[in-house]
Amino acid sequence: MRGLKQIVLAAAAAASIAAAGSIATANGQELKNELKIGLSAEPSAMDPHFHNLTPNNSLLRHIFERLTDQDENQAVTPGLATSWRTIDDTTWEFKLRGGVKFSDGSEFSANDVIYSFCRAPRVESSPSSFAIYSRAVTDMTAPDPLTLIVKTAGPYPLIPSEAATIAVLSAKANGAGAVTFDRQECKGVGVYPKTEAFNAGQAAIGTGPYKLARFTKGDRIVLERNESYWGEKPAWQRVTFRPITSAGPRVAALLAGDVDLIENVPIQDLERIKANAGYKVVQGLSARVIYLHFDYVDDAPPGVDAGGKNPFRDKRVREAISKAIDRDAIVARIMGGVAVAAGELLPSMMFGANKDMKAPKADVEGAKKLLADAGYPNGFTVVLSAPNDRYINDGQIAQAVAQMLARVGLKVSVEAMTSSQFFAKRTRREFGFWLTGWISDTGEMSAQIKPLAATPNRDKGWGTTNPGGYSNGKVDALLDQALGTIDDGKRAALLAEASRIAMADYGVIPLHFEMTTWAMRKELAYTPRVDQNTQAMMVKRAP
Amino acid sequence: MLAFLFRRLGQGLLVIAVMATLVFVGVYALGNPIDILLSPDADQLEREQAIVRLGLDRPLWVQFALFVRSALTGNLGVSFVHGVPAIDLVLSRMPATLELALVALVISVGVGIPAGLAAGLAPRSLLGRGIMTGSILGFSVPNFWLGLMLILVFAVELKVLPAGGRGETVRVLGIELSLFTVDGLRHLILPALTLAIYKASLIARLAYAGTREALLQDFVRFARAKGLSRRRIVGVHVLKSIMIPVVTVIGLELGSMIAFAVVTETVFAWPGMGKLLIESIYRLDRPVIVAYLVVVVAMFVIINFVVDVIYTLLDPRVRVAGQEA
Repeated sequence: MRGLKQIVLAAAAAASIAAAGSIATANGQELKNELKIGLSAEPSAMDPHFHNLTPNNSLLRHIFERLTDQDENQAVTPGLATSWRTIDDTTWEFKLRGGVKFSDGSEFSANDVIYSFCRAPRVESSPSSFAIYSRAVTDMTAPDPLTLIVKTAGPYPLIPSEAATIAVLSAKANGAGAVTFDRQECKGVGVYPKTEAFNAGQAAIGTGPYKLARFTKGDRIVLERNESYWGEKPAWQRVTFRPITSAGPRVAALLAGDVDLIENVPIQDLERIKANAGYKVVQGLSARVIYLHFDYVDDAPPGVDAGGKNPFRDKRVREAISKAIDRDAIVARIMGGVAVAAGELLPSMMFGANKDMKAPKADVEGAKKLLADAGYPNGFTVVLSAPNDRYINDGQIAQAVAQMLARVGLKVSVEAMTSSQFFAKRTRREFGFWLTGWISDTGEMSAQIKPLAATPNRDKGWGTTNPGGYSNGKVDALLDQALGTIDDGKRAALLAEASRIAMADYGVIPLHFEMTTWAMRKELAYTPRVDQNTQAMMVKRAP
Repeated sequence: MLAFLFRRLGQGLLVIAVMATLVFVGVYALGNPIDILLSPDADQLEREQAIVRLGLDRPLWVQFALFVRSALTGNLGVSFVHGVPAIDLVLSRMPATLELALVALVISVGVGIPAGLAAGLAPRSLLGRGIMTGSILGFSVPNFWLGLMLILVFAVELKVLPAGGRGETVRVLGIELSLFTVDGLRHLILPALTLAIYKASLIARLAYAGTREALLQDFVRFARAKGLSRRRIVGVHVLKSIMIPVVTVIGLELGSMIAFAVVTETVFAWPGMGKLLIESIYRLDRPVIVAYLVVVVAMFVIINFVVDVIYTLLDPRVRVAGQEA
């Protein structure tokens, strides 16, 4: 009997605690000045130069700003620089914003930018460094505190878009004096702050709309509004980000009222959330393209049995594969409508995309004929490799593609695996035919063509994600020309042409663009971003 | 006792060394984490430099030798993903896991022993049969499903408890604990219940079996013949004798609750070591995986040692092996 009494007592205690709290968190709670966001991936540090990856970049944009900014379509807009121009082909002049203060009260000037470009490539044990965005810069000088001169070795049109990636730190707050830029060793920088100093908060001093209040790894990141911010003040005085990496619990946290907004809503829960009057879903096209790629180099690509030949070298085979795939069916059935069929590697509203590029329609008979013409009337055997936990429904998409290819006579088996395995194997060139996805941080066509469709070239940094070795002289030539063209209009046209040629050659076969979804309380509004970032500044009260 | 302690310590260190070696080599064989850490914009040069920065350019045996050398000074390497010492990362997550496991343990003991005892004393009563049937249910329900159901009922439908995460913490003896705040307790209830229900059922069944057996033993009859009150017989003599298997199981289960609360922590987004482990495996963050397992093995060794000591206190017939030596 003592046992029973204890159970009853324990239950009573639990219930009373629950009741005490429920008054504060019931769903009818007013949205005050605080916003809680459930993230699908956790930033690994509060050091904006530590890890160049979307979760970090997305969060640290609240605290730090950059010379230039990106709008929701990744178009370059003014940031800490109000304007920029080229003085000659290798010299850029940035006019900086006056009256900007860091959160510790120190004044922002060109010296801070030089300091930041010095530190960004030199962060200890950085798993993915920002060095790639400062590599083109050969010199940086400040004729006056609000003017910055940037020199490059050759014509380099990407300076403004790459300037949108390197966060500006305060030189003064980190103990540096007047900094002299030098590619080898900057002078006057003192001792760079360590990543831990940012995580602990004392070095996390930026000019952004928010300040870091607390960072508890695995648990939460709390930001407070920077009341001395120069720009438009965000609506929320306090923002708490909680990493809830599993999709189900993230949805539960929203529906339970733990958080006000979540990102990356799983497709199977969309209807459930939409059906609930208290919540709404916002969707937007993202720049992430899901595509198929081939091994062109090997005579016998791994997993391919086509009578001793490499079938992918034949353009007709690649075209047949593209024609065999019913992109609309993938979008409708597997992606639940939360995707857009793709005709090239970047959505049409972005820089360097072709405005009129349509996704190819499925044509089973045409595909069969092309295969027969190429000498494979009975198809061939091939393994399609894919990750199964990286992109939205990636494993199922691979299965669907395999079935569609089976309709035209190919014998396809799917080999889906966890992403850490997948990407390591892809780099080791263990795949003959694979499905994967791509999104770039700078968001223009050169950032798609250069890694995916250009001939691999270590010196130029081309073809980094083209392990199959696709090579097309015309695409390379146009890309080369575009990367040396400062004029934006001309460059966009050259890139669009390069993309058109690569697509007509079926060097890379795009399937669809993912759509990014956010779910939130109905009192909120969010402008979707193509870079899939979740930014508290863009969360407004619904009108 | 001292000889026993040293032998145990030696065995423990050996286990840790063997395990660290196996895990180190195993994770190395899984693949290179660089491909998931790099930004898509990274070029070949950046890739090579990142590999050098993380020390992944060296051959396996050099990496392992470096690891052993720094491990001897207590440094288990720097996390590839977080850029901070792996052992700090694991230890910083430990309070969250420990308090969750402890609360779950208190619930499972507090519910399991009285329930098992009550059922053992009156096996044919409605209460006794109810408890035993309930316990079968309790340990057949899968952990993750139970967690999701609790979230669905108490967080999503009734909205009386949060769906996950850890509540407000206060600093107690230099450690951030959420046990002492109302918000913290509210966040603890569901995950602790999820972890506790299985253990409570297990303990209830052990206590039940132990009680039934003890009641037939000579010492109970003797005590009864001596005229001791029922309360004293059950509360002291029977309870003490059923505690031996229960303590063994509690010891093992506490270890497994701490080490393998992975599922519960993931379902409740609980910022403990288990969630860290899952994320580290996903990103092949070898130093963190190794550090985590070293900590867990060390903990098992300690728990087993404590269990052995508790035996001697509970049963005078049990002597710690090596005590005579």
